[in-house]
Amino acid sequence: MAGALRKPQLRAAALVLPLSAFILATFVAPLVTMLTRSVYDPMVADTLPETLALLHDWDGQSTPSEAVFETASREMVRAREDRSLGRVATRVNRVESGLRSVIMKSARRLHRVKEVDSWREAMISIEPEWGEAKTWRAIQRAGERITTRHYLHALDLQRDADGSIVLQPPQRRVYLPLLKRTLAVSLGITVLCLLLGYPLAYLIAHAPPRRANLLLLLVLVPFWTSLLVRTTSWIVLLQTEGVVNDTLVALGLIADENRISMIYNMTGTVVAMTHVLLPFMVLPVYSVMRTIPPLYMSAAASLGASFPQAFRRVYWPQTLPGVGAGSLLVFILSIGYYITPALVGGQSGQLISNMIAYHMQQSLNWGLAAALGSILLGCVVALYLLYDRVVGIDRMRLG
Amino acid sequence: MEPPVNSSNHPHVEFEHVSKSYDGRTLVVRDLNLSVAEGEFLTLLGPSGSGKTTCLMMLAGFEAPTSGAIRIDGRSVHDLPPRKRDIGVVFQNYALFPHMTVGGNLAFPLEVRGLDPEQIRERVRRALELVRLGGMEDRRPGKLSGGQQQRVAIARALVFEPRLVLMDEPLGALDRRLREEMQFEVRRIQRTLGVTVVYVTHDQQEAMAMSDRVAVFEEGRVEQVAPPEILYEEPERQFVARFIGDNNILYGSVVGVDGDFCRVDVGGGIVKAFRIAPSRLGDRVAIAIRPERVSLAPKPGVYHNEFDARVEDILFLGDHLRLRLTVCGHSDFIAKIPNIVGHGAVLEGDQVRIGWLLTDCRSLEAPGQE
Ligand SMILES: Nc1ncnc2c1ncn2[C@@H]1O[C@H](COP(=O)(O)OP(=O)(O)OP(=O)(O)O)[C@@H](O)[C@H]1O
Ligand SMILES: [Mg+2]
Repeated sequence: MAGALRKPQLRAAALVLPLSAFILATFVAPLVTMLTRSVYDPMVADTLPETLALLHDWDGQSTPSEAVFETASREMVRAREDRSLGRVATRVNRVESGLRSVIMKSARRLHRVKEVDSWREAMISIEPEWGEAKTWRAIQRAGERITTRHYLHALDLQRDADGSIVLQPPQRRVYLPLLKRTLAVSLGITVLCLLLGYPLAYLIAHAPPRRANLLLLLVLVPFWTSLLVRTTSWIVLLQTEGVVNDTLVALGLIADENRISMIYNMTGTVVAMTHVLLPFMVLPVYSVMRTIPPLYMSAAASLGASFPQAFRRVYWPQTLPGVGAGSLLVFILSIGYYITPALVGGQSGQLISNMIAYHMQQSLNWGLAAALGSILLGCVVALYLLYDRVVGIDRMRLG
Repeated sequence: MEPPVNSSNHPHVEFEHVSKSYDGRTLVVRDLNLSVAEGEFLTLLGPSGSGKTTCLMMLAGFEAPTSGAIRIDGRSVHDLPPRKRDIGVVFQNYALFPHMTVGGNLAFPLEVRGLDPEQIRERVRRALELVRLGGMEDRRPGKLSGGQQQRVAIARALVFEPRLVLMDEPLGALDRRLREEMQFEVRRIQRTLGVTVVYVTHDQQEAMAMSDRVAVFEEGRVEQVAPPEILYEEPERQFVARFIGDNNILYGSVVGVDGDFCRVDVGGGIVKAFRIAPSRLGDRVAIAIRPERVSLAPKPGVYHNEFDARVEDILFLGDHLRLRLTVCGHSDFIAKIPNIVGHGAVLEGDQVRIGWLLTDCRSLEAPGQE
């Protein structure tokens, strides 16, 4: 009996096995790696183990003992020889900027020093920073295997001298404003998509079948066009010497020297992203509208409601599952959107994902990139849970 | 709710030469003339696709007639959109708003009319009591049984006190028992309020049970409009004779005409019948005879029509026997004989004598013959 039951289940499991393997390898594994990387960084701890062990007993204020200096210089020299010192110096530098050159230079000099009376004197004479407590605190912090510093960094927080967490001074805050901007822009794009997409979905849902198919096709064409082609088309249209500006100048609406900058700024990002994401709003809304029998509107009219009244009280509430699904989809897609802002966003139109890409590719601060990515993921999950609480996820209709 | 008022002596509703075509070629409603009196319960009865719903939708304002005029209280409603016609409509699938409570559904027509909340609550309460659903305000329509939903739909169509209510097969989705109960209920409500009701059904028993008058539809045409008894006793068209109750139909040609009567040769004999269709000598006609008006072993000389018949089979149905006979070469002639003779008085294969009155026998137009 149990065997008979299990057999179809086994077969079903076997059918999705390739897919499961694929998802595991391409989605779950990278995700876990990323989450791990945002909190786990053994590089410094592995390279300077003894120094860190000695620093463990240090009071954090005074200059450390001679033993610390001696061990540190030994481990730095050894790390320089096996070429891991650069990576260590980079990590320490991220905690306290300026220390990279201090470490590299000291190691180069110390390499030649064979015998000294006091390693402390020797190191301080190479770089006076070694005499300051904050240098050693920076090494200590960079040496944490499990660390919150990437998250603190990603949220513009820092530890002050006595270790408590405080906000960065306003002029040094980068990520929080960017995160706020990303959320605001995403919200704006979602609203724009709704304003543009809802009437379109209504038109399609109520058109005769042939025209509805044609309109639907037009909605889908952007889907089938390369993202790059679409984005560069916007450049052609919106740039200072572009079609729109040329037309406006030709019509005499603006002067030639006052051409409007509509691209390589936030306007460009919003316009191009709204265009790209519009189908994700139209399709779920349309599919919900199609299931609403026209009878309801007739019934409302027979009960004396004008079209606006019937729409507001009868039609609109019934489309909410589609509106919710579409909005959630557009919002989630836009807070993680990368390529369009990268191409047409210029300086002011960058979003958090562009910053993640920067840390992945340019600054190679993968821990920070991972922390930023996790925060973004957290936003999406929070939004999803909120939607579930307010609307109920089972009421969502994706199509 | 207030009694209906009709200051004029116009009929409440009039269809005048109304035709309707959806595609510009086939007429779904053909030259319809119909009037409904104030407070009347008129049923449109007909087979599927005969244009009943179309008539209702034209009256409610959701479809426009292709030609002809529809009048309410003597005024053409051509330019009046549905929301201004003040007609209660009960749709076939209820069309209750699923996202509103029962109370919300009922309050909706009152809210769009701008009544104050206190008044709305009172009217909703009374309307629900009228359909015996008092206290159900907070339920969701989806959580109600079919019969309850139907009552809510009726209450919603009545709550804003229209003088005219249209119902399109409102009981179609209900099971038999509930349906009979609801027929009674709808009739009671209509009588209580005195509203005019135009009701659509394709169930003839329902039409007979509820209506003041019934309009029988066939392919977009009204075949006959009459009170149920008249429709049953005096069908004027063959379609009506076949559609309402059971009828034996014999075809034949007219061999004698005598004022209101005629004699028809049905092959194996001459039948004397009421001459309903204006037929002349030699015309083909259809003779309709109700099975329950056929008598067994009639006293000689009493009946105008007497024939020999052979009993093909017998169905014993308790209070009556249903005989299938061969008469004048027609083998599907049915006679319903009340069970006063007892079981076994007639047997299969018996030769019997049957008869019926001239007045129970109507000669109607035959197909392809007008
Ligand atoms: N909106 C429409 N567009 C085109 N043709 C229609 C439309 N509504 C009805 N028809 C056609 O008109 C004819 C009459 O339809 P109608 O719905 O009035 O019949 P009905 O008597 O109500 O039938 P039923 O008992 O099945 O409801 C049918 O042949 C139908 O196909
Ligand atoms: Mg119908």
